[in-house]
Amino acid sequence: MRLKSILKTSALPLLLASSFTQAQMLDIEISNLTHGMFFTPLLVSSHGESLHLFESGETASDELKILAEGGDTTSLSVATTALGAINLENPAAGVLAPSASVAITDFDTMSNDRLSIAAMLLPTNDGFVGLDSWAIPETAGTYTIYLNAYDAGSEVNNELVLDGSGAVGTLGIPANPGANGGSAGTGVTTTESNEMIHIHRGNVGDTNNMGGVSDVDSRIHRWLNPVAKVVVTVK
Amino acid sequence: MNVKKYMAMGLSLALATSMTACSDSDNDNDKNDKKSSSKNDTYEYQVTVTNITHNQPFSPLAVVLHDNSETLWALGEASTTSLEILAESGNAMPLLDDADLAGAYDTELGDGVVPPGEMVTLDIESDAYDEMSLSVVSMLVNTNDAFTGKQGIDVSALEIGDSLQMNLPVYDAGTEANNELAGSIPGPADGGVGYSDVRDDTNVVSMHPGVVSMADGYTDSVLDSSHRFDSPVAKLVITRTQ
Repeated sequence: MRLKSILKTSALPLLLASSFTQAQMLDIEISNLTHGMFFTPLLVSSHGESLHLFESGETASDELKILAEGGDTTSLSVATTALGAINLENPAAGVLAPSASVAITDFDTMSNDRLSIAAMLLPTNDGFVGLDSWAIPETAGTYTIYLNAYDAGSEVNNELVLDGSGAVGTLGIPANPGANGGSAGTGVTTTESNEMIHIHRGNVGDTNNMGGVSDVDSRIHRWLNPVAKVVVTVK
Repeated sequence: MNVKKYMAMGLSLALATSMTACSDSDNDNDKNDKKSSSKNDTYEYQVTVTNITHNQPFSPLAVVLHDNSETLWALGEASTTSLEILAESGNAMPLLDDADLAGAYDTELGDGVVPPGEMVTLDIESDAYDEMSLSVVSMLVNTNDAFTGKQGIDVSALEIGDSLQMNLPVYDAGTEANNELAGSIPGPADGGVGYSDVRDDTNVVSMHPGVVSMADGYTDSVLDSSHRFDSPVAKLVITRTQ
């Protein structure tokens, strides 16, 4: 996350020059397109063009790690609010189940002209669905965006469900809300070679609910991109 | 050829021929309210779907021309029985019957399976209406209940000779667990049972997670590495020809 970049003096006049003369009012519908993956509470953020919740190819911020490894939006919301973001946390009032949708009405972005979204994917170690700084159109209308699944690159994808592993630095998948996986796996891998934010390679899983290499089910907990559909109505 | 005609052909070639002869007017009576006052032309579209999977034959392609309100499925909602039959067995005829009942302008069904690497082209036509939407759908037959398609493509603004091209994703009907077990997959990978009215999966339509296959450690699967796929699985080209 380039939180610091918004503080660059050069960014300020650029922001002012490109900011809207009027507040933008948005309706946003977010759909989980997957067959078996849950989204943790969503962070929906409007902000200026220099701010990013995450960027592919960059290292995850500490705040993003907290979201991607444990599903907690609080730190990222607080940090970005301090930099001018207007955030909406947890619009679905809990997890967004596979194939479920949540509708947000009248999200007032004020003069912020970018939209970002992030939520952890469960069950994964540090996978998340993300929208990185989408330019909010000035023209009223309905716009559809499809989101991919990312890997924060901050935790080894061992695919083992372990209570308490939502804490940053504690290895494991904190929960499987569908309760449809396994346990007592030996671990898919012990290394994470790409420590930058990247497109998630997907869960491996297995079909052994009492052992095997993984605690997730290969028939249920895989996905193909895109994993989310976002319909934004600019009013 | 719409579904009624397709079914009639099986019974009687003479009957099918006579129905084809009057096909230009068979949908007129109940659609006058949606007709454009300024257009009286026939609209005809050439629809081509190319199978770009490695080894997932497509069931005979179904194409529907309809108004903007008609839908064949909805993400996050339960499949209709006719969509379940299509997604589990590849038989699109009940789905097209439903589409006809819902007021489709025209429905078309391909003659046969579309093998990987090959394409199918169907022509579909209608009198002129203000709302002109096109939907396509087909099963990936070496799966439990995967289908590809796109619905509600607005073709009303296409001029004669204009084309639209897009890639198609792969959906999961959510009606049959993706167990990949012998006897459960109708395609040549298995030759198993197609449709069963048992619903033992999520019971909502979602994007498909892909198949696992025996090559990826699922030893009970009848699928091998050749049956794996990623999205997109098909290329769609729509050209207005009249």
